Amino acid sequence: MSQAFPFSAIVGQDEMKQAILLSAVDPSIGGVLVFGDRGTGKSTAVRALAALLPKMRAVEGCAYQCDPDEVASVCPVCSAAAASRRARLVPVPVVDLPLGATEDRVVGALDLERALTRGEKAFEPGLLARAHRGFLYVDEVNLLEDHLVDLLIDVAASGENVVEREGLSVRHPARFVLVGSGNPEEGELRPQLLDRFGLSVEVSTPTDLPTRVDVVKRRDAFERDRAGFCAQWSGRDAKLRRRIVGARERLPAVRVPDAALEQAARLCMQLSTDGLRGELTLVRAARALAAYDGDDEVGDAHLRRIAPSALRHRLRRDPLDESGSGVRVARAVDELLPA
Amino acid sequence: MQTDDTMARWLRALLPAALCALDPAGCGGVRLRAQAGPARDAWLAQLRALLPPGTPLRRIPLDAPDARLLGGLDLAATLRAGRPVAERGLLVEAHGGVVLLAMAERISSAAAARLTAVMDEGVVVMLRDGMEAREAAEFGVIALDEAQGDDENLPAALCDRLACIVDLEGLRAGDCPQLPFDAGHIAAARARLPTVSVSPVVIQSLGAAAQAFGVDSLRAFMLAVRAARAAAALDGRDQVGEPDVTLAAQLVLAPRATQCPASAAEAPADASPEAAAPDQPPDSTPAEAAPPPGDAGGEQRDEQKDDRPADLQQPLEDRVLDAVRAALSPDLLAHIRLAGGRLPRARSAGRSGALRGNGQRGRPVGVRKGRPGGGLRLSVIDTLRAAAPWQVLRRRQGMPATRVAVRPEDFRIVRYRQRTQTTTIFVVDASGSSALHRLGEAKGAVELLLADCYVRRDRVAVIAFRGTRAELLLPPTRSLVRAKRSLAGLPGGGGTPLAAGIEAGWSLADALRRQGDTPTLVLLTDGRGNVARDGLGGRARAEQDAQAAARRVRASALRTLFIDTSPRPHPSAQSLAAGMGALYAPLSAADAQGISRLVKQAGAQSAGQNG
Repeated sequence: MSQAFPFSAIVGQDEMKQAILLSAVDPSIGGVLVFGDRGTGKSTAVRALAALLPKMRAVEGCAYQCDPDEVASVCPVCSAAAASRRARLVPVPVVDLPLGATEDRVVGALDLERALTRGEKAFEPGLLARAHRGFLYVDEVNLLEDHLVDLLIDVAASGENVVEREGLSVRHPARFVLVGSGNPEEGELRPQLLDRFGLSVEVSTPTDLPTRVDVVKRRDAFERDRAGFCAQWSGRDAKLRRRIVGARERLPAVRVPDAALEQAARLCMQLSTDGLRGELTLVRAARALAAYDGDDEVGDAHLRRIAPSALRHRLRRDPLDESGSGVRVARAVDELLPA
Repeated sequence: MQTDDTMARWLRALLPAALCALDPAGCGGVRLRAQAGPARDAWLAQLRALLPPGTPLRRIPLDAPDARLLGGLDLAATLRAGRPVAERGLLVEAHGGVVLLAMAERISSAAAARLTAVMDEGVVVMLRDGMEAREAAEFGVIALDEAQGDDENLPAALCDRLACIVDLEGLRAGDCPQLPFDAGHIAAARARLPTVSVSPVVIQSLGAAAQAFGVDSLRAFMLAVRAARAAAALDGRDQVGEPDVTLAAQLVLAPRATQCPASAAEAPADASPEAAAPDQPPDSTPAEAAPPPGDAGGEQRDEQKDDRPADLQQPLEDRVLDAVRAALSPDLLAHIRLAGGRLPRARSAGRSGALRGNGQRGRPVGVRKGRPGGGLRLSVIDTLRAAAPWQVLRRRQGMPATRVAVRPEDFRIVRYRQRTQTTTIFVVDASGSSALHRLGEAKGAVELLLADCYVRRDRVAVIAFRGTRAELLLPPTRSLVRAKRSLAGLPGGGGTPLAAGIEAGWSLADALRRQGDTPTLVLLTDGRGNVARDGLGGRARAEQDAQAAARRVRASALRTLFIDTSPRPHPSAQSLAAGMGALYAPLSAADAQGISRLVKQAGAQSAGQNG
């Protein structure tokens, strides 16, 4: 495959980049939804992530690329008694779900080749298996068939894929970060789906000329000499990679003081978000942000920066309110967490 | 004089064909607005003649199934070989060439999304029918756009990726000139293309032009740069020069203009600083006044400065602006003036519903056992799946070993589910007689109904009438955001062209019904028309026309809800409602829930009647 546009060469769109990087630091934040104008680099950013992520250790010969250090695994390969525990380094998967994919290739199904040629019933893992421990990216998520979206969200939440079809009964681990993107003008996402994404960011086309010219210049340079352009930015990408690795190491030690928990709760009450998921995500994301910034305690500054992404899609929809939900979050943040 | 003008229009219409033949994937393609006819055939013939030998050209029929578009299982070959054999999709076959998209204005947004995903990646990732393949597919799209009127439009996502928009309206095939290139030129230019360099000045001036004319999309800007490069290669230059830049701006940016900047001579009437940028003195161009935010490298700014000597760069920007201004069609200018400076954003049809029918079409929702035939379609893959586990067994029973043994009990047929999509059309009276304060309440009521439609996943459309005519404010969409936006900007005042309003609602409903939709009409008015259908005043004739329009609604058995917005319900409104066979509800009496219930009721009756 041709080289992807380097992550660090993406101009602006800081909120989107922050959300994607934080979910790389802490996958348990629960996925990212990127909604906004056409041609703003939504897909570019996600596809660039693959090159940015540090490699991970995986069990050799395991189709699901399980973590060798994980003891209790539902993986049918690794839980076998004689399974080897030898590890190798593999790139973190960033898997694209193409529109038009059929359900059998997403979930996994009977291996057609073996069934046809040898008359054997064998399970062939699908995209969900391939995305295990990595990212699953769905572009135009609002155009995906509803039953497929439901299935993705369900698996992403439970962390395992259960296939019961055609006389097969297979369970395998499928923990991945779901990243969706789309354009609201093509239709909106059902509210119950919105809530299942950890972070939600809105992107818009930059309007100032220098930024726009910069975007096009870099894109043009990239298209003319992909390898050269990537080499030119590889230093900055490496710096980001080191920062992600550092943040992951720091993450377990980052403290969340009671004051920060209270602030998060107050913010969610003020905005009357439904359920606890908002609060939980807000605190997790703030902790990841603190780790990413090199701080060892979550403070108001972290909450303030991450609140719009963590909460904007959880507000009750009010069709009479002209201002977007991002504005409402910002208002509440200004009130409760003055800078 | 006339012929010179025609010739110039034809040449400008044909150049995109050359650019697209030269760099199909880079330019994305052409949106060709024309009815089927000799003029379009002449254009396509020139395109064909320009494609170097061996360049594929594939025609994609409307609603080609995914299996044909992206590829899938080749049943015949699979059965012959006894193992799965993949069939290549149309898009893979078109690699390196051009795809003709017939009746592009009717393509569903889901199909458009598949196409644009492949255009962005240059690769078809086929994950279907138990198979997996990844094949290069770089191509340009010629979207044959036969739209007539506002309610049909090319999906915006696709439009955004096609560099040039060509309109053949009013051009005759007989006048079509021959472009001074042939396939040999194109092949030579293709070889030159990778070496053509683009200076930062060029990018800067195209960016400034895009901004000045209100072209927001960054993709359009990028496509303009690529078109300029292709134009230079076509002309045999190694560097993009001024003629290439002006040509690219005229072909790519001008048709997308949403505003017209004041020329240097006029006073900067436009409030937006971007639009006024060309008026600024050369020593304070925007790029230098505001440093690029983010991580923009310092070296890049320096390089910009070096390459932009003030005396050279300003004129190029200005000349590009003038070129675009010259290329704007008079109607577009008129539109921009009418819209008070800015045109609404490109409308996407958002048409994603399936046609209603007899249960043999629509979205596949699974398979069941059964025999194909009589309109029922065999699901090949599921049939093979059902047969697969038994193969070894059947061979032992004496079936030939080289074939797949499929028995009738393996047959699976596809089940389809019809989505009967409902579209609620709001026809809002925004006239002075409806009294401005009542307009506010009507808007409020519509917004409540919108929230309701959102929950039910209905589509909505908004038509407003005032003055002398009715206007489609919002074509059918599922986007609440856009519906809100269109209502917020709705001004009030003027006469009440009630007949025109009813008629506009009826004709949209009729169009939707022909597309397989279930429309519901919601009319918000006080029922006191005073402008007749021909735009002239006079209450008597206006009411006559309104009654005539009402009878038409009744005749087509359209489900209608009449919400009387006047403070005191008036008998004329009631008789009009009765005339169109509508449910009648005075706004003063009905609360939000009441209205919402009525809309649901109207919709349910309509669905029951048509389905």
